Amino acid sequence: MNSVERLVHMANQIATNLATDDAPVAAVADHIQQFWDPRMKKMIFAHGTAGLSPVAAAAISLLADAQNGA
Amino acid sequence: MTYQPQNDFGTPESRSDETVSLTIDGRNVTVPAGTSVMRAAAEQGTSIPKLCATDSVKSFGSCRLCLVEIDGRRGTPASCTTPVEPGMVVRTQTPHLAKLRKGVMELYISDHPLDCLTCAANGDCELQDQAGAVGLRDVRYDVQATHLGQEKDHSNPYFDFDPSKCIACSRCIRACDEVQGTLALTMEGRGWDSKISAGLASDNFLGSECVSCGACVQACPTATLVEKKVVEVGTPERSVVTTCAYCGVGCTFRAEMRGEQLVRMVPYKDGKANRGHSCVKGRFAWGYAQHQERILKPMIRKSISDPWREVEWDEAFAYTASELKRISAKYGRNALGGITSSRCTNEETFLVQKLVRAGFGNNNVDTCARVCHSPTGYGLKTTFGTSAGTQDFDSVEDTDVILIIGANPTDGHPVFASRMKRRLRGQDGRPGAKLIVIDPRRTDIVRSPHIEAQHHLPLRPGTNVAVLTAMAHVIVTEGLADEAFIRERCDWDEYSHWAEFVSQSRNSPENLQPVTLVDAEKLRAAARLYATGGNGAIYYGLGVTEHSQGSSTVMAIANLAMATGNIGRRGVGVNPLRGQNNVQGACDMGSFPHELAGYRHISDGNTRKLFEDDWGVTLDPEPGLRIPNMLDAAVDGVFKALYCQGEDILQSDPNTAHVSAGLAAMECVIVHDLFLNETANYAHIFLPGSTFLEKNGTFTNAERRIQPVRKVMTPMNGLEDWEVTQRLAQAMGLDWNYTHPSEIMDEIARLTPTFAGVSFARLDEAGSLQWPVTADAPDGSPIMHVDGFVRGKGKFVVTDYVPTDEKTGPRFPLLLTTGRILSQYNVGAQTRRTENVAWHPEDLLEIHPVDAEDRGVKSGDWVKLASRAGETTLRATVTDRVAPGVVYTTFHHAVTQANVVTTDFSDWATNCPEYKVTAVQISASNGPTEWQEEYEALAARSRRVETGVPAE
Ligand code: SF4
Ligand code: SF4
Ligand code: SF4
Ligand code: FES
Repeated sequence: MNSVERLVHMANQIATNLATDDAPVAAVADHIQQFWDPRMKKMIFAHGTAGLSPVAAAAISLLADAQNGA
Repeated sequence: MTYQPQNDFGTPESRSDETVSLTIDGRNVTVPAGTSVMRAAAEQGTSIPKLCATDSVKSFGSCRLCLVEIDGRRGTPASCTTPVEPGMVVRTQTPHLAKLRKGVMELYISDHPLDCLTCAANGDCELQDQAGAVGLRDVRYDVQATHLGQEKDHSNPYFDFDPSKCIACSRCIRACDEVQGTLALTMEGRGWDSKISAGLASDNFLGSECVSCGACVQACPTATLVEKKVVEVGTPERSVVTTCAYCGVGCTFRAEMRGEQLVRMVPYKDGKANRGHSCVKGRFAWGYAQHQERILKPMIRKSISDPWREVEWDEAFAYTASELKRISAKYGRNALGGITSSRCTNEETFLVQKLVRAGFGNNNVDTCARVCHSPTGYGLKTTFGTSAGTQDFDSVEDTDVILIIGANPTDGHPVFASRMKRRLRGQDGRPGAKLIVIDPRRTDIVRSPHIEAQHHLPLRPGTNVAVLTAMAHVIVTEGLADEAFIRERCDWDEYSHWAEFVSQSRNSPENLQPVTLVDAEKLRAAARLYATGGNGAIYYGLGVTEHSQGSSTVMAIANLAMATGNIGRRGVGVNPLRGQNNVQGACDMGSFPHELAGYRHISDGNTRKLFEDDWGVTLDPEPGLRIPNMLDAAVDGVFKALYCQGEDILQSDPNTAHVSAGLAAMECVIVHDLFLNETANYAHIFLPGSTFLEKNGTFTNAERRIQPVRKVMTPMNGLEDWEVTQRLAQAMGLDWNYTHPSEIMDEIARLTPTFAGVSFARLDEAGSLQWPVTADAPDGSPIMHVDGFVRGKGKFVVTDYVPTDEKTGPRFPLLLTTGRILSQYNVGAQTRRTENVAWHPEDLLEIHPVDAEDRGVKSGDWVKLASRAGETTLRATVTDRVAPGVVYTTFHHAVTQANVVTTDFSDWATNCPEYKVTAVQISASNGPTEWQEEYEALAARSRRVETGVPAE
């Protein structure tokens, strides 16, 4: 796995484990916001949603929008 | 302090709340009911002569030296076996008693070699002291020669057994039984003929069940069992109380010294974590501190293919700072980072993270706790509100059901295991606690002398969450949940949501059995026992955290404890057994990239402001890189410099090939350690470290107990570790001027609410303190969440079982899980440099007889262990401790390179690596793999040090 593949894997893993949360998309976005360093976030934003599960993809989009909006 | 033996009150303390008053030698004394007359006398300062009694074990009454007279009683009862009674009038010194005692002593001395002047214990021998105390001047009996002239047993590397000096008092046997719980020693014969032996008469100590804890040596009143070091160096002349630097139990020791030479480490009776007990590592395995391979001078080199060049400290700091500045200017400040160590003190750890945040200007700081207990932090913070265990060790004394999951306490946390075993065996008519063990392997505690687990659930590695969810299913669906507790303490809606989830039939033990391989009926019985057996306490270790669902498992454990009301009082709780000595402290000190000391997120503006004002810098509000992320970034070419204190990431982190690629891609790797460890093969700068004997500071053990570490000798490398970090910071232009670690602790206390009341002065006074230490709890907090959870309401989190991505298949049909062994410690850098290798000279692969036969493997054969990540070779041992389909090994020896085969899958929440599950194949082999050979060559090359003065 290269770094981007690993990030995709990690995001999916987080999404799977938070799937039972009341608001999984927000929970995944919050988790990534809290624990990933800026470069990791930038890399996955640049990568887009390919390979991401629907919840992970939605969470990444949410974060990317928040980042751009800010 | 001049040398004083520790006080010995003769018999153990009574735990009774009732008190009894009596008169001893005309003086009034009040003691708890159940105290012996001997102890009552000792407490008022009267020492009654004694030989067979010592306060670490129950009295036995065999030597008859401690006789006293009691008004209204006939004869002369033994004071060690006579409990106090109200109004008793006792005399300890009368002419009649003196005569009797002299007679007893005469008998003992007639059977004892009279070589006091040349005996190792001369001056530190109770037989000698008591002969003096009773005024023995001559011996009327002929020398009986029952014990004399026997051969010494030198087999144990740390202590000798000289049976000729034995007085058959059985203190050693009782210490082994009661304190250690190993029952290795027996007495053969009767009366004057009795002889002590380790196991069978034919066994020596090394070959016996003995685990070399030293309890018998400590208990022995003569030189029969004596430390080899005392024989070699002589008896100590002063002592300093300090804390063991090996494991998370955090035993308190007296370092007994002769000049600057350490004679022995003796467990300290007032130590609150160990209560006078020890294990082989802390007691004996400190020889590494003076090992010849220790590096004492700083060294630098341009490239890792160059030999090392020794330099003075000044040059080392100037060079290091210039390299770090160069890299920061060229690649940006985020190209730098640091790793703190859970082996170093709180103060040292705090300084390293401060250097990174305030000096490097980013949050790229992580700790080796990442690879062991980061899921504990995440899981317990989420559910309870604090990233720490809930109990003190004493709490186990009030436990009725002990549930151990993914921990092997007899090997990993031996002194606490002994306390656990004592509770499991029962004592003084109180029945023992019940035991549930959830572990793929039949660990020693499952079946040991006088202990048999009620339930051992040998689950398939990687299915912890499924097993715990199935247990929750049983508890909820059978109506065993403690609803009153939940309504009062937890969020009821969250509970209902969780209860509904676990009640689904897909989560029943029967439906999960195909996944977990745990018998459903057994699982139901275990769940019922935990829920209804009285005070239930859960102890867990790395077998819980080091999984792709490590954090979920911690939360599942917390859910179980809350659902059954097992939180917030003595005897219950959720207790992580920490691996290294200061894992708790390293986490507390803000070593994680996303949080500052006291577990406050870096994005929290108020907390940041507090630190910014104190430090006079601006902090980056974004989290930094975790260790695996640093390595990824290094491979991507954007992370270039790493300051690594007291941590060997190359050997301890998973997927060695990836770690070495990351390290090789960096331009400046700074290793700050005692030895040229494996990581140092990739280092450009080596800063020599100091041992725990050479510095002041504090460690925090698994019970949140902050304990002093005290300097007993001058650092051989010249500087304590905190001084090294400070000098480096100064060279980078930071204005740091600490003159003593106590000032660092003052800063920690000032900036961290849970440490508000901690200072070196308070620690000296109290011995140790368990955080939180606040205005509300000035003496610390042994038990947490007593009147409610720290986060407010306890939070139930639904933890759905997600199978790991690491799957067995036709190529890799077996599951490898890893662990540790008593005599070795972690990557073994220290213990491998001691005599402990006598017990564990190499890592072995445990394999079930069926799997072994399929592959034609016998015990002792070399086998190849291959996974998708890599392969290595080691020797096999065939055993049914592991289930079919599972293999197990330790990771203490560098040549094995067990992490060559572990993958880089990790915990979803914290990236804690999944060490405990790797799909592997085993096949016959005739020697080391290519990787091992290449690596050996590289290691040899990169350890070269230039000799002579280098030409510039
Ligand atoms: S060293 Fe410990 S285990 Fe060995 S015989 Fe002595 S008390 Fe028992
Ligand atoms: S070895 Fe020491 S403790 Fe054991 S019976 Fe002999 S004298 Fe007592
Ligand atoms: S149990 Fe741990 S802290 Fe105690 S002596 Fe052994 S290694 Fe040291
Ligand atoms: S000390 Fe009491 S009988 Fe030996």
